[in-house]
Amino acid sequence: MSKDIKVKKGLNLRFKGEAEQTLVEAPKSKTFAIKPPDFHGVVPKLVLREGAKVQAGEIIFYSKYNDTVKFSSPVSGTIKEVLRGAKRRVLEIIIEADAVNSYKEFGVMNVDNSDADTVKARVFESGCGAFIKQRPYDILADPDDAPKAIYVSAYNSAPLAANAEFILQDQKEDFQEGLKALKKLTAGKVYVAVNGKSSKLKDLQGVEILNVSGPHPAGNVGVHVQETEPMNMGDRVWVVGPEDVAIIGRLFLTGRYDAKRTIAVVGADAKDRKYFKTYLGANVTDLVGEVNESETRIISGDVLTGLKLSNHQYVGFYDNTVSVIPEGNNYRMFGWLPFTYNNIHSMSKTSLSWMFPNKKYDVNTNLNGEERALVVTGEMEEVMPLDVYPMQLLKACMTGNIEKMENLGIYEVIPEDFALIDYVNTSKVEAQEIIRLGLDLMITEVG
Amino acid sequence: MKWIRQRLDKMKEPFSKGKKYEKFAPAINALDTFLFVPNHTTQRGAHVRDAVDLKRVMITVVIALIPALIFGTWNAGYQYLSQIQDQVGFWEAIGEGSIKVVPMILVSYIVGLGIEFAFAIFRGHEVNEGYLVTGLLIPMIMPVDIPLWMVALSVAFAVLIGKEAFGGTGMNILNPALTARAFAFFAYPTYMSGNTVWVHNAYQVDGVSGETILGKLAAGTDVPYNTMDMFSGLIPGSIAETSTVCILAGALLLIFSKVGSWRIIVSGFLGAAFMAFIFNLLGGSYPNNDLMNFPWYNHLVIGGLAFGIVFMATDPVSAAQTFKGKWIYGFLIGLFAVMIRIFNPAYPEGIMLAILLMNVFAPTIDHYVIEGNIKKRKKRVKAQVKTAV
Repeated sequence: MSKDIKVKKGLNLRFKGEAEQTLVEAPKSKTFAIKPPDFHGVVPKLVLREGAKVQAGEIIFYSKYNDTVKFSSPVSGTIKEVLRGAKRRVLEIIIEADAVNSYKEFGVMNVDNSDADTVKARVFESGCGAFIKQRPYDILADPDDAPKAIYVSAYNSAPLAANAEFILQDQKEDFQEGLKALKKLTAGKVYVAVNGKSSKLKDLQGVEILNVSGPHPAGNVGVHVQETEPMNMGDRVWVVGPEDVAIIGRLFLTGRYDAKRTIAVVGADAKDRKYFKTYLGANVTDLVGEVNESETRIISGDVLTGLKLSNHQYVGFYDNTVSVIPEGNNYRMFGWLPFTYNNIHSMSKTSLSWMFPNKKYDVNTNLNGEERALVVTGEMEEVMPLDVYPMQLLKACMTGNIEKMENLGIYEVIPEDFALIDYVNTSKVEAQEIIRLGLDLMITEVG
Repeated sequence: MKWIRQRLDKMKEPFSKGKKYEKFAPAINALDTFLFVPNHTTQRGAHVRDAVDLKRVMITVVIALIPALIFGTWNAGYQYLSQIQDQVGFWEAIGEGSIKVVPMILVSYIVGLGIEFAFAIFRGHEVNEGYLVTGLLIPMIMPVDIPLWMVALSVAFAVLIGKEAFGGTGMNILNPALTARAFAFFAYPTYMSGNTVWVHNAYQVDGVSGETILGKLAAGTDVPYNTMDMFSGLIPGSIAETSTVCILAGALLLIFSKVGSWRIIVSGFLGAAFMAFIFNLLGGSYPNNDLMNFPWYNHLVIGGLAFGIVFMATDPVSAAQTFKGKWIYGFLIGLFAVMIRIFNPAYPEGIMLAILLMNVFAPTIDHYVIEGNIKKRKKRVKAQVKTAV
């Protein structure tokens, strides 16, 4: 079964520095890390201490407020350090990896013959629950919930982002098995979104294929939810990343938590732009080398939604992309004059860059202005395919008006849906951050 | 460029955090960012950003105003000189006009920006660029002979009461430039309306007449201009509103650059044409009412209608914010502008009041448009509850 989704509103950003489609083995990192801040709202309760030996798949910590949500080690080795920040918040749990991975054996399980509860128990006891996120709120899924549907997007439309289908090409069996397991977790459907034009995944079994076409954010799950089963108050849907589904699949096929991760290194300042095979939580310097941080920015994730990393920090739990772009800490004389500096991309027609729709642009981290009051109207709507009024929703979040947020559709959005608004808005308002704070307010007030 | 940058950085030093003039940082920052787009990088949210910023948007509007401003300056000189001498040279007219117009612009910017800077320092935020446009609009919609102190007072009123009282740029309900004009209009009516204020010196020199077309129509006297005069702008009026051609040139830039909403501009003219056309049809029963029988297409090119719709109604802060809302908002502005013209002899031109009125109602229009979206959401929940039962 399949359904076509054509996205009209949005913006395809073309930047220099795409990864070439070759898969290489990454130099094996000496250290890996799992970072509790990757899991929004989770307070970690450590099971193992510094110096403890750990196998791949062994639980390192669980969520203090929900002990069925567990997090396991991606590799085997020794826990080298628990890095803490302000108020002793755990930032990174660093694991010194063994030369050869040894795995905790969960035992092979036939998904078809197992009942839903057994499958669910296996997914969560192995730490694979960490791959399952929930909408609304963009937080980890609660195992006790019964999700209305489960969404997997194998189409990444963000600028320079890793090509999910390329990553999955030699893991397709694992992916299919993972989807079978996910099907057991919901009474509803499992949707897999694929690139409507060129997908080779259309023959997947037991799922509803969504053929998506159109500009970014066509690949974002928010769009798929709206076009299939729109979110209402109280609904829960689960979202799993494509390569994470393959990890879940391997858990059932091999009985091991085999957290392989393929990472596309992209961006103009990256030296070796390829797809690297490694494990979850790899050291970013092993992938991109050491950079001069005042001139170059390393981002774990794509350039719109990713997180800034320093040298020797670790790739985020959910990320398949590492972007390396130049810092934009330079001045531009009279840079505000309309129709000048056309080499910097702009959606606005006050620049001539619209005349070259297929040009690939250099891009850096310059804010291209300063934050101002919200003045210009209508530009946010042009890149927002969801059926919400983005500016009004942002203002409701800024003022913390819960009733208004609910009415305007706060349950239908997560920060990544506002990433393009971050990019295009004239007033340089931090839309993703405002939405995140609004969602956090909803969690504390409504739950 | 490097040399200027270094000088600027040196100048900025005493304004940095913890230094002596820290409080005045917004003032020096405003000057700095006028020369250079700053070196700020993204710290939160998306790591890359569009090249557009508020300064660029505002400057685009200023550029769109330039044709009307140049024509207005020339026309201010021409309307006066053509009545006292036979031949008027281009530069002669520009020179005569500049003597009146340039001081008004200077006063408007000095007073307005002065208040804006003071508020930025006082409130500790950066100076917003909105006044770059407002400051130019205000003199452009004043009669040529208005005393400079009245301009200053109107500007102060508009910025203080019209804008800062509501929280500054982006928060105001009324368009600041029109607030200034409305203030002057009601505070000093003898300088703002009548038949002697529209041409320089018309109240002193007997030979100079200076009535606007709308004034003549309301009074029932003959109109000595043809449609082409009205369209090109060779008529008396507020400084920059007479030339529909130059205004349309600006409108094209606004629509092309998407800085001004084409929805408001198109629906505004549609609304005015619709209303004028209705009155034309009714006009047969009232043969003595010149305004009613004035052809609808001429209604579109006289008075401040075009200028108001293109440059004031499209102010995004005080206009409706939703796409549907913009259609309704624009249409009603055009409609009310012509209605006020024809029905209210005390106000020969209705665009100012029509826009201010719709500014007040814009949030209501948006409210009902957005209510449609909310209802859709609530209906979905209801349907779900029903199937669950």
